[in-house]
Amino acid sequence: MNHWLTILTLIPFLGGVIIAGLGSGRQALARGLALVASLISLGGAVCLWMHFNSASGELQFVERVAWVKSLGIEYFLGVDGLGLLMVTLTALVTPLAILASWNVNDRPQVFHALVLWLQAGLFGTFTALNFFHWFLFWELGLIPAFFLVKLWGGPKRGPAATQFFIYTMVGSVALLLSFLAIRYATGSFDFIKLADMAKDGTLQSSLAAHFGWKNIGMIVFFGAFLGFAVKVPVIPFHTWLPAAYSEAPSPVTMLLTGVMSKMGVYGFLRILLPIFPEQIRQALPLMLILSVATIVLSACAAFAQRDLKRILAYSSINHLGYCLLAMFAAMSVGAGVNQPEIQRAAALNGVLLQMFNHGLTASTLFLFVALIERRSGGLRGLDDFGGIRKIVPVFTGLMGIALFSSLGLPGLNGFVGEFLVFKGVFPLAPWAAAISTLGILVTAIFILTVIQRVFCGPLNERWAQMPDLTTAERFLVVPSIALMFALGIWPQFILGVTDATVMKLLQQLNF
Amino acid sequence: MLQLAAPETIVTITVLAVLGVDLTLLRGKSVSTRFHVGAVVSILGCAMAGWFALARHEEFNLLNGILVVNPVTDFVKCALLILTIFTVMISVTGKYTEHAGEYLSIVLLATIGLMFLVSAEDLLIIFIALELASLSLYILTAFNKHNARAAEAALKYFLFGGMSAAFLLFGFSLLYGMSGSTNLTEIARSLQGRGMDPLLLVAIVTTVIGFGFKVAAVPFHLWAPDAYEGAPTPSAAFIGAGSKVASFYIVAKIFTLAFAGAEGSAVWHGYVAGWTPTIAVVAALSMVLGNLTAIVQSSVKRLLAYSAIAHAGYMLLGVLAHTSASNSALMFYVITYALTTIGAFGVVAVVESATGSDRLDNFAGLSRRAPGLSLCMLVFLLSLGGIPPLAGFIGKFFLFSAVVNMDAQNLGLLWLVILAVAMSAVSFYYYLRVLKQVYVQDAAAEAPAIIVPPMTMLALALLAALVIVLGCAPSLLISHL
Amino acid sequence: MLAWTIYISFIGVLVLMLLPRDNAKAARAVALLTALAGCVVAIIGAMQQPHPGEVTTIVKTDWIPQIGATYYLAADGISLVLVVLTGLAAVTGILFSWNIEKRTKEFFAFYLALIGGVYGVFLSFDLLLLFVFYELTIIPKYFLIARWGSTRKEYGAMKLALYSFVGSHLVLIGMIAAWVVAKHQLGHASLDLMELSKVTFSASFQHWMFPLVFIGFAILAGMWPFHTWAPTGHVAAPTAGSMLLAGVVMKLGAYGCLRVAMGLFPEGMREWQWAVAALAVVGIVYGAGVALVQRDFKFVIGYSSVSHMGFVLLGLATLNTIGLDGAVLQMFSHGIIAGLLFGVVGRMVYDRTHTRDFNDLERMDVGKLLPFAGITFVIAGVASMGLPGFSGFVAELQVLMGAWAVFPKITMLAGVGIVVGVAYTLRAVQKAFYSDAKPDGHGGQHDHPLEPISVPERVGAVILIGASLVIGLFPTLLMNWIEPCFQSPLFERLLKGGSL
Repeated sequence: MNHWLTILTLIPFLGGVIIAGLGSGRQALARGLALVASLISLGGAVCLWMHFNSASGELQFVERVAWVKSLGIEYFLGVDGLGLLMVTLTALVTPLAILASWNVNDRPQVFHALVLWLQAGLFGTFTALNFFHWFLFWELGLIPAFFLVKLWGGPKRGPAATQFFIYTMVGSVALLLSFLAIRYATGSFDFIKLADMAKDGTLQSSLAAHFGWKNIGMIVFFGAFLGFAVKVPVIPFHTWLPAAYSEAPSPVTMLLTGVMSKMGVYGFLRILLPIFPEQIRQALPLMLILSVATIVLSACAAFAQRDLKRILAYSSINHLGYCLLAMFAAMSVGAGVNQPEIQRAAALNGVLLQMFNHGLTASTLFLFVALIERRSGGLRGLDDFGGIRKIVPVFTGLMGIALFSSLGLPGLNGFVGEFLVFKGVFPLAPWAAAISTLGILVTAIFILTVIQRVFCGPLNERWAQMPDLTTAERFLVVPSIALMFALGIWPQFILGVTDATVMKLLQQLNF
Repeated sequence: MLQLAAPETIVTITVLAVLGVDLTLLRGKSVSTRFHVGAVVSILGCAMAGWFALARHEEFNLLNGILVVNPVTDFVKCALLILTIFTVMISVTGKYTEHAGEYLSIVLLATIGLMFLVSAEDLLIIFIALELASLSLYILTAFNKHNARAAEAALKYFLFGGMSAAFLLFGFSLLYGMSGSTNLTEIARSLQGRGMDPLLLVAIVTTVIGFGFKVAAVPFHLWAPDAYEGAPTPSAAFIGAGSKVASFYIVAKIFTLAFAGAEGSAVWHGYVAGWTPTIAVVAALSMVLGNLTAIVQSSVKRLLAYSAIAHAGYMLLGVLAHTSASNSALMFYVITYALTTIGAFGVVAVVESATGSDRLDNFAGLSRRAPGLSLCMLVFLLSLGGIPPLAGFIGKFFLFSAVVNMDAQNLGLLWLVILAVAMSAVSFYYYLRVLKQVYVQDAAAEAPAIIVPPMTMLALALLAALVIVLGCAPSLLISHL
Repeated sequence: MLAWTIYISFIGVLVLMLLPRDNAKAARAVALLTALAGCVVAIIGAMQQPHPGEVTTIVKTDWIPQIGATYYLAADGISLVLVVLTGLAAVTGILFSWNIEKRTKEFFAFYLALIGGVYGVFLSFDLLLLFVFYELTIIPKYFLIARWGSTRKEYGAMKLALYSFVGSHLVLIGMIAAWVVAKHQLGHASLDLMELSKVTFSASFQHWMFPLVFIGFAILAGMWPFHTWAPTGHVAAPTAGSMLLAGVVMKLGAYGCLRVAMGLFPEGMREWQWAVAALAVVGIVYGAGVALVQRDFKFVIGYSSVSHMGFVLLGLATLNTIGLDGAVLQMFSHGIIAGLLFGVVGRMVYDRTHTRDFNDLERMDVGKLLPFAGITFVIAGVASMGLPGFSGFVAELQVLMGAWAVFPKITMLAGVGIVVGVAYTLRAVQKAFYSDAKPDGHGGQHDHPLEPISVPERVGAVILIGASLVIGLFPTLLMNWIEPCFQSPLFERLLKGGSL
């Protein structure tokens, strides 16, 4: 048996422990160690990627050890295309976040330790296949995030952090209770086993048999749904997000939006879809309405914001809305649709691609916000700038690329994902897709507004002396930008890994 | 015959010896010396008498119930003598009198009365023995001639006592009139089959009233708090201890033997007229009123008086159960209660003589001023409160389980036990109030350490040890009863 | 061997009493050694128990033959868990009261007497003996609080003592009644729990006696609405006192509920199952809700104890093995975590800042002044929220699993309690340690720096965190002891048909 996934999770965790143990006087060492640890895990993730058999949709690198027998708890790890993609994304974003937080001077050893622990929690979440320790990591990610916001955040960090934590915990408790009900009915915590039971209908029937309520399946489903919906977030469970994203220090926001928001989507794909296909189908109209609302309302909200971070926060909700839309559309029966399985495959591939792309783009954008905040001394209002295009041309150019990627400009990574999503959704849920295009439109408007207000127009004299990107900073952002181009041109790089997984998932969904 | 009354005789001789020694050899010596020498003589006499009582294993019934001797009466007498010894030991602190010899000899005289009471199964002898003991107790109460309250207390005690004697005598005469005999067993025999006629009821009620005064049960308790408070503390201890043991022994005997067949029933929803419901009422009232009134007391002696009233209520439960198990449980309870009470009064006596009063406040910071004394007080009060593993708890367990066991089928007496247990929970509060003063409150800064007379300390330590030992190994005592 | 846990503790009391009056160092050393010896004996003895599922006799001799009482010490897996908990709590409690300077020797004497009594309850299999040890804990508790406590200490102490005493008297009534009935059924007097568990009490008897005895014990377990002693008692108690109160004394009540009330009156339990579950959940939600609005740091923890003990009671009410497993594990877990929380609040924070008012603490920036206290509290808080990885999660998980099976609706309410639990813990973390409020000129700025966290405190905190983590990650360690117990004949009648 191999232990690659355990080791991968342990690297950042132990790194965090070592850094936390450093005295307060050794700040440079703390930063260096954090970077090293995150780079090692990036290397590990790349190794995984290399050894991953992309032709297979099955779980790979599986580890399975009995843990608490009486409770049906196993230590069960494994990744398929979805898990691998998320692990890689986490491994990519973390070093960026660490580099972006190079100038944190308040207790940097604690800060970096928390970042690494957050990474460990994310790795764990994306590899765990038994509810017990999956939940452990799911919660474990939350605590460092809470403290990162709470201790290093902006002026209103206290309420923001609390709101973030409480919202997520409400979701978690609902999720926990749902899984306890499932465990009671089926005796298992194993995601894979539960999915199989859902497929042959035993899950549904044993739930009903053990509780004697007809609707118990639905209740349990909504409990679990709440848990993930808060994390993504789905409107109307999103109110914690703008505050948390804007109050968190920008490097932390990179992690929050780049990776933590993916935990929710990942949960939908890994857990909700395979385990509750029937319930989702029953509630499909509602689900679609929620997704469409998420897309359109968040785009409109973003348009109304005056703070760069809040704009990007709402834009982040908007982008994940596409994932939700595609996911739920793929669940529709699709009566009368020509070759529904191809559309479904397109939609789900689009979801996976979009998850990765959004992680990359959004975190890069927040990285740019971090850089601009460094220059402006924390100012980041839409109206605080103007015309800096001429002062900082490189910065403008690179951030422009990232913004256009977010907009979904063809040739950049954002386009492919959204294209696939809409390609799949249009035939499967035409009305939803039609309304959602409104979201794309508004997104285009507010992103162009950003570009116009910040970079173009008359120069705000205050920033006449603003320095352009330094060489180090250029090295920091260029890989991400390059990756945007690369994925825009050659999405097959990711689709090759995800396709088999999507097929397997579709098979599981049992149409 | 003299041999049958050997313990009593020995004590009588001791009385003379104490008086003689005090009046001859000790003239002009200090009060303390006279007390100590007298105490030693009394202790030796009592110990000898007790040894005599224990050593013989005879069963004898002299003149149809005038003097009954059997292992149980001997054991109870022995217990009485031990209680007397402890009373004598805590008396030596006395600042209340200069008449050491007289005081000690009257204590011994009271003991003789009580010993005869235990042995009697005849109404006349019971009455005479009771009066012998009571008269001595009145005198003991009044012994402090410098204290007007003592005189008042004694007068009150005397008047109430006299009235109770009158009630008793009235009840006894009715019994005699109905049965033509003064022997308890014969009375029962001739009362058999008479049913519950009004005369018998009156006899029952007056007897209950008479003994109600003696054991200070509500509503006949009014003399007790004043007497306890006013009397010299060792006298109060003796009233609360020795006289209780003998009284309850004889009360149980009279009701079980003489009123056999007129029990009635006090079970829940199953009331039948007779002496048990009468006693149940008195017991319930005593438990409730005694405990509730004790809560508001600020004098420790009064507090102990009300607690004694409450305990009399518990003990009456044992009387009304009238099974052999309940009788031995009752005697266990009374004896351990008596030991504890003497101990508690002993501590109060020391504190009173050191600080001048028995107010609750005077106990503040006792744990620093006299750690050993405080520890003893802790043991005594917790035992009174019924905290295991002390004798008071195990006594309660014996007693209550025996009472419930009387009507095991329907648990009909459980209501009385529930009441008793509830009230015992209340009692914990006021005992804890005293202990709070002792252990939690700080003494005034200048308060010096309290010197405890060695003989008293020895008595208290022995008593505390006894209370603990009897709590942990109650078989030592209960197997004799 | 396990019986020595009791004897060692009382020997410790005697040694302490013989020490010279003002030698605080010696008193501490004796106390720590005694507690350590007890703890080691408890752990080794527990590990040596060959069949934790069975009741293994340690000592059994006649005690009071007249009423059938025996001196009967024994242990099964449940006792083992709680004995080990007591050992850990005892040691850490002493470490957290290293700074007691006022009448040190008496403090530790009462402390060890309490510990000895607690060991005794967990190891007694004779009803009378159990009761004796149970009551024996009341007096030391009272004096520990009344003498060495803070904030309305005498009121809190008296309230606790009276509540305990009333509770134990309810038990006494039930005990006497059960004894009488058993005597007639068995033909001889007996107070042996094993024998009593074979007696069939009539349905109406169980119907009345079960609530009496259960409430009697549940008062000490902090069951709503009989919980009011808990917050005041915890707040008034000195640090070690509240650690023990929450850590082990509340467990005495829960243990009594399980061992005596439910063990003897299974029919009664089935009849009142709903009521127990409902009260438990009210306790969970109410305790959490009240904790959310407290201004006194210690009150937050005090009410949180009520809430967490609600999970124990809920687990007991499930009447299936998994719920009961969870309940016992939760007893252990809460003992460890509550001890730690009180240690942080009482010793690390209050003893240094001399305030527990959030408004004052907010202005002090305690998180920076005492980073170790902050981190410890965060870890303890996280464990107390029931986040996975700590013992609380495994325990509450099982309780909820068991509860789902019986009362799904009530279980959802318990979920609300968990969420509120998260909220009050976060609030406490923020207000007490990581507040954003700016220090105002007076009171906030300390003229003298706070005394740094001492070594005993660190050791104590590490022991407790370690215990919680180990059990959180390897619950099997304790589950192996607990689980087989509920298969034993002792609980057969209780679990009839309710097995999961």
